[in-house]
Amino acid sequence: MSDATYAVRDSATMLRRNLTHMARYPSMTVMLVGQPLLFLLLFVYVFGAAMGASLPGAPAGDRGDYLTYITPGILMMTVASVSIGTAVLVATDMKNGIIDRFRTMPITKPAVLTGHVLGAMIQTALALVALLGVAFLIGLRTGASATQWLGLAGLLVLLSLAMTWFTVALGLASPDPETASNLPMIFVLLPFVGSGFVPVESMPAGLRRFAEHQPFTPIMDAFRGLLAGAPAGPDVLLAVGWCAVIGLTGYLWSRRLYRTRAAS
Amino acid sequence: MVRMTTRTYAIEVAGLRKSYGDHQVLAGVDLTVPAGSVYALLGPNGAGKTTAVRILSTLLPADAGAVRVAGHDVRREADRVRASIGVTGQFSAVDELLTGRENLLLMADLGHLDRHRAQLVVGRLLERFDLADAADRRAATYSGGMKRRLDLAMTLVPGPRLIFLDEPTTGLDPRSRRDLWGIVRELVADEVTVFLTTQYLEEADQLADRIGVLDGGRLVAEGTAAELKRLIPGGRVQLQAAGNEQLAQLVSQLPEAIPDAETLTVTLPHDGSLTALRRLLDRIEDDGAVTGLAVHTPDLDDVFLALTGRPTDEPSQEMPV
Repeated sequence: MSDATYAVRDSATMLRRNLTHMARYPSMTVMLVGQPLLFLLLFVYVFGAAMGASLPGAPAGDRGDYLTYITPGILMMTVASVSIGTAVLVATDMKNGIIDRFRTMPITKPAVLTGHVLGAMIQTALALVALLGVAFLIGLRTGASATQWLGLAGLLVLLSLAMTWFTVALGLASPDPETASNLPMIFVLLPFVGSGFVPVESMPAGLRRFAEHQPFTPIMDAFRGLLAGAPAGPDVLLAVGWCAVIGLTGYLWSRRLYRTRAAS
Repeated sequence: MVRMTTRTYAIEVAGLRKSYGDHQVLAGVDLTVPAGSVYALLGPNGAGKTTAVRILSTLLPADAGAVRVAGHDVRREADRVRASIGVTGQFSAVDELLTGRENLLLMADLGHLDRHRAQLVVGRLLERFDLADAADRRAATYSGGMKRRLDLAMTLVPGPRLIFLDEPTTGLDPRSRRDLWGIVRELVADEVTVFLTTQYLEEADQLADRIGVLDGGRLVAEGTAAELKRLIPGGRVQLQAAGNEQLAQLVSQLPEAIPDAETLTVTLPHDGSLTALRRLLDRIEDDGAVTGLAVHTPDLDDVFLALTGRPTDEPSQEMPV
């Protein structure tokens, strides 16, 4: 077999291991997927009416409008939430020495981490489908065409890939699984300090400056545009750019840590 | 000639150095391990044993020195080295969410064994390591000894010709320790080369063809157990003090003695001759201070004491890494 065949086989082996982990540790999956779902319901049914009324340019200014407004933020949060799980799994592998075992085997180098990334992406995809399903059930309205749905799916996959590589690096860098579960929390909170739940225009000057320029804002704006059926604007390009930056940083950082970092 | 060397020696190390910042962990180690033999690296905590294993098993880069394992350079041909070795680290590196069988099958998949061969090897290892009954339980439910056995079985799945065991019996009860020794002996019968580290002299004595004594990053002695014992002809003398005061008194009279406040004893190296014993007793001023005297024939503990000036259970000056 060639090196490439081995790379695929090793990655598949590691992916199988990660899927088994998810199946045997369902409470984590439920927690990670449940959290954004809970936020969705909380924001729509508790704050929805009040928030919807103050949305600028919303047709009716009701709960339904607010649901449409926050869906991109919730999608973002879902991707971030699942990536916490990845960081924890990677940190656990580091802590108990199994990564060292893999590193002393003639396994194609990226396979161990690729397995984690692919596993997380599958989990993210399932979580996103579940989330969008619930959003539609409670009245999400979109004007997206088939092409725009494809664009949205592509962007979500890209974001998930980028975030997962980044959290793999965080997992490798963490001294223990507890730290690994705390570090990525920032990504779950970041949509709040951006265009996720309220328009950035409503924020005080300093915060607004941050909210406008932080990477998640253009990504959420791109989701929002695609869902609304608006023509792809500069947000989509900016979103792809940010995903590339996050993903590449995460990938290179992970590769470096995997090679050099000794298990504690 | 190069071919000869690669066939004869499983491990060749020359001038191996490794530091973390200002802290020197390995200060120039040279050793060779003939293929098919068992080599024990003996030393207290912090002596640099684990660092040595990590370098030899391609996990850590060395600062200086030439290291060839299974005939290949550990830096330039790391993957070739990895294809020949198996490593069991200090902590059981098993996947606790998987069953014992799944852990072994994972190793078989990563070792690119075909399905049929994988089933065969895994079944055999489960039997041999007394894990057949627990094969389909998650490893999280295993006892410490079972995890260690699974860990070692995982190392053996791809059929390595050289295995590294880093303190394989640390934390095991005496029975599990003996079981593990039995397994290592079987490996030797299969002509697998074993490189193990240990803090237990008895373990090195039981298993190893050659023993290297590592202290403060240097090999302070090397040889067979018998050769090492020959380094000190007489063993040691242990004096029992009547009380704390008498213990202090003995220490001041016998500066080379190593006191143990807990058991109220002092230990001195001793060449076994009556003359030396008489001279020693003459130096004790108050006969009442000593309530007992024991002369020990040499074992590896004495070798360690004589070589490093410390008993084995005392950590060396270096910080553990």
